Amino acid sequence: MMDQQLISTSFTINRKEYKVSVAPWSSLLDVMRETLDLTGTKKGCDHGQCGACTVLINGKRVLSCLTLAVMKEGAEITTIEGIAEDGKLHPLQQAFIDHDAFQCGYCTPGQICSAIGMLQEGKAQSRAEVKELMSGNLCRCGANTNIIDAIMEIKEGAAHA
Amino acid sequence: MSTQPAIGQSISRLEGFEKVTGSAKYAGEYNVPDLLYGYVVNSTITKGEILNFNADAALALPGVIKVFYYGNRPSLAWFNMQYADMDAPPGTPFRPLQDAEIKYNGQPIALVVAESFELAKYAATLVKVDYKEETFTTDLIANQASARSPKVGLATALKPPPPKPVGDFEAAYDTAFAKASGKFIHGTEHHNPLELFATTTIYEGKGKVTIYDKTQGTVNCQLYVGNVFGLHFKDVRVISPYVGGAFGSGLRPQYQLFLSVMAALELKRAVRVTLDRTQMFSFGHRPPTTQFTRFAAAADGSLRAINHTAIAETSRFEDYTEVVVNWAHMLYPAKNTLMEYKLVPLDVFSPLDMRAPGGSTGLHAVESTMDALSYQLGIDPLEFRLINYAEKDESTGRPYSSKELRKCYEEGAARFGWSERLPQPRSMKRGNKLVGYGMATGIWEAMQLPARAKALINAEGKLEVSSAVTDIGTGTLTVMTQIAADTLGLAMDDVTFSYGDSKMAFAPIQGGSFTVATVGSAIKAAGLALAKKLFRKAKQMQNSPLGKAKFEDVEFRDGLIALKAQPKAVIALKDIVSANKGRAIQSTNFNLPKVMKLKNYSRAAHSAAFVEVEVDEELGVINVTRAVTAVAAGKIINPKTARSQILGGMVWSISKALREETITDHNFGKYMNQNLGEYHIPVHADIHELDVIFVEEKDDIVNELGSKGIGEIGLAAMPAAIANAIFHATGKRINRFPIHLDDLM
Ligand code: FES
Ligand code: FES
Repeated sequence: MMDQQLISTSFTINRKEYKVSVAPWSSLLDVMRETLDLTGTKKGCDHGQCGACTVLINGKRVLSCLTLAVMKEGAEITTIEGIAEDGKLHPLQQAFIDHDAFQCGYCTPGQICSAIGMLQEGKAQSRAEVKELMSGNLCRCGANTNIIDAIMEIKEGAAHA
Repeated sequence: MSTQPAIGQSISRLEGFEKVTGSAKYAGEYNVPDLLYGYVVNSTITKGEILNFNADAALALPGVIKVFYYGNRPSLAWFNMQYADMDAPPGTPFRPLQDAEIKYNGQPIALVVAESFELAKYAATLVKVDYKEETFTTDLIANQASARSPKVGLATALKPPPPKPVGDFEAAYDTAFAKASGKFIHGTEHHNPLELFATTTIYEGKGKVTIYDKTQGTVNCQLYVGNVFGLHFKDVRVISPYVGGAFGSGLRPQYQLFLSVMAALELKRAVRVTLDRTQMFSFGHRPPTTQFTRFAAAADGSLRAINHTAIAETSRFEDYTEVVVNWAHMLYPAKNTLMEYKLVPLDVFSPLDMRAPGGSTGLHAVESTMDALSYQLGIDPLEFRLINYAEKDESTGRPYSSKELRKCYEEGAARFGWSERLPQPRSMKRGNKLVGYGMATGIWEAMQLPARAKALINAEGKLEVSSAVTDIGTGTLTVMTQIAADTLGLAMDDVTFSYGDSKMAFAPIQGGSFTVATVGSAIKAAGLALAKKLFRKAKQMQNSPLGKAKFEDVEFRDGLIALKAQPKAVIALKDIVSANKGRAIQSTNFNLPKVMKLKNYSRAAHSAAFVEVEVDEELGVINVTRAVTAVAAGKIINPKTARSQILGGMVWSISKALREETITDHNFGKYMNQNLGEYHIPVHADIHELDVIFVEEKDDIVNELGSKGIGEIGLAAMPAAIANAIFHATGKRINRFPIHLDDLM
């Protein structure tokens, strides 16, 4: 019964093409984590309330728990596993390590993807605005100040460049 | 040039790469072949009995394998004691799927197992349950009259009862010069680590299982599973490599572990059970607690009388306790004291230690009453603490193994700019906002438990150390590697630390801020034993340059043993292994706290928190604009990760004082905000300038490392300091947490 309802969908994740048969109600998050073994993207709530599942879709930050996989036909998806290139960390990833911007690390993939998306949006000018626009990403460990320090280092570095 | 000691260095987390690239795997992320998925069904009533259980519709779906409930579960250990874990309070541990009885709202009553996660989740909605409901009681405040003393048991050892009364409190209070009293109300809180609880159990055949579990105690879970399911301990392996936060929620084996193992053993397949966010509110919480204080002082500010009473919630089946009322007399001298701690059993799940259990609750009452009393006396709150500075632990009469709280006050006040404070409430303003300064003192006991550790030198001359301990995000991996490196004078790169696996050397649960003291000391002991062994073997080698040297005559550095007097006379560790026919040389050691020495001392970390708040009087909005926490916790092994621990405690303080609260509807006996949208924790925009100071504190007594734990101390002082700052800003003393803007309107 369930089998008949599967829909074939294709998209790229981290520059690799995937073709999957998924139920129409499957979230992109569950498909990645359970079917494609891409477990870097985290589930903290499944309700759009924590930001742990943030990925970049066509360059924009998106909550993958609120995204149905079948809606993303043809999309270019980047997850935390695709942020580093050829084993070389993205500067923001290095900044997270340098600033000790995580403890348990569970919010980290979402924070990093969200921050990259936020910086690309180009709206935040100040630290206060960065904090505001990153507030959809919860950190229960309380690494908040270190997370914002890491993001500001990259933001200011980019501004000087 | 020899390697610098690693202890004391600010070193970035060794697992940083894994955590920033998404390659760190957590318990629910092991996608093993042939995996089945379990989804839990929870009771929708609070008390009563299941009359009818019908899973036909769920089972009719292709791909649904089985629905477990009390009527078809396998028979299990029937002694209650076999369900007791290392952290079980006195009473009868909860036994999932035991029978038809419902003890609390959200109790797990069934596990639906299916071929996919989505299917299990959907099928769980088709399970039909009819209940017979009974009347229940969940309201602490309405039932305080029935409070009684807690039962005592084994696990109570770490949680001493209130100290005996001293002097004559009532007489002293009645006649005192200045008095302050308060009623402090704290609601329920849930740990809510960001990672959902999950267990993946792999069935290995012949009664053997490998379990990936979200826990703070691999060995604790191994013993629990062995006992409950009647398996040999050696056939149960519990692995917990990365833990996405826990804060106490993983101290006891949780029901997803039980259900996952049960299903895997029954179905002889791998089964994963992951809870959802709502279910994260169904297995333990910080208990609601009501406290009453009455403090009195003489005109010179010296405290004369302290009375602190707490009434806390527990479940009907276990007497969970916290240390709430013991702190005031550890911090301040007074000749007349009266401390009481009582419980009210209600129809809820047993409470569970949550970051700074008891301390963050009790110290709010103590430190806000102290603050109120300082205003009564017209003495600066910091000055008032200094007048009442206890040189020894007044509650036991014992000296502290070390106590640099005075430095915390001094350095914290200086960094914060406490001297700028105007004494009168409502006297400081910034634009149209009221500004308030508040401070408070913190204390947390420095404990140590027995543990084992294994240390080994491999054929490359590198050190491998291991322990079953977990790393819940506290930096355990990095810190233990540092400690291990120094035992043999090695560079960090030449040391690996393996952890999070019950088959490794025994470690107790990770909590209570005792991990560095416990596991770190065991590593130090194992390292020393290994060093001695290497030295003996080195002396026996042909043409050994160590000759007749004694152990005291050599030093370990750069992968060598060298004679102190003749730095060129060296033997490489790897050559000792070669001479040992290439076989690794190892030592596994059990390390016990030095109880005979320790019993003469009280041991505690101290802190002082200074907070600035801004309050918008028209809107009531409260903002913690900046805060400083100064900590005296002995030797800080890694200032970088330690600072993060304190920062985390400070964010939790803001959360506790101003944000988080689980709200119960007592008509239904049910939590009403079981999600992260309505269970508020601070977001980035709520967190402003936070500053951490570690003051110098030398302690040769507390343990081999001279290091006290820091997991809780960041949350000990600051919640009260926030409340005190709000009083200073507004003149309103709000003793109910969290403080909401409508409290100030
Ligand atoms: S899992 Fe998507 S926002 Fe929490
Ligand atoms: S690092 Fe643990 S939730 Fe952010």
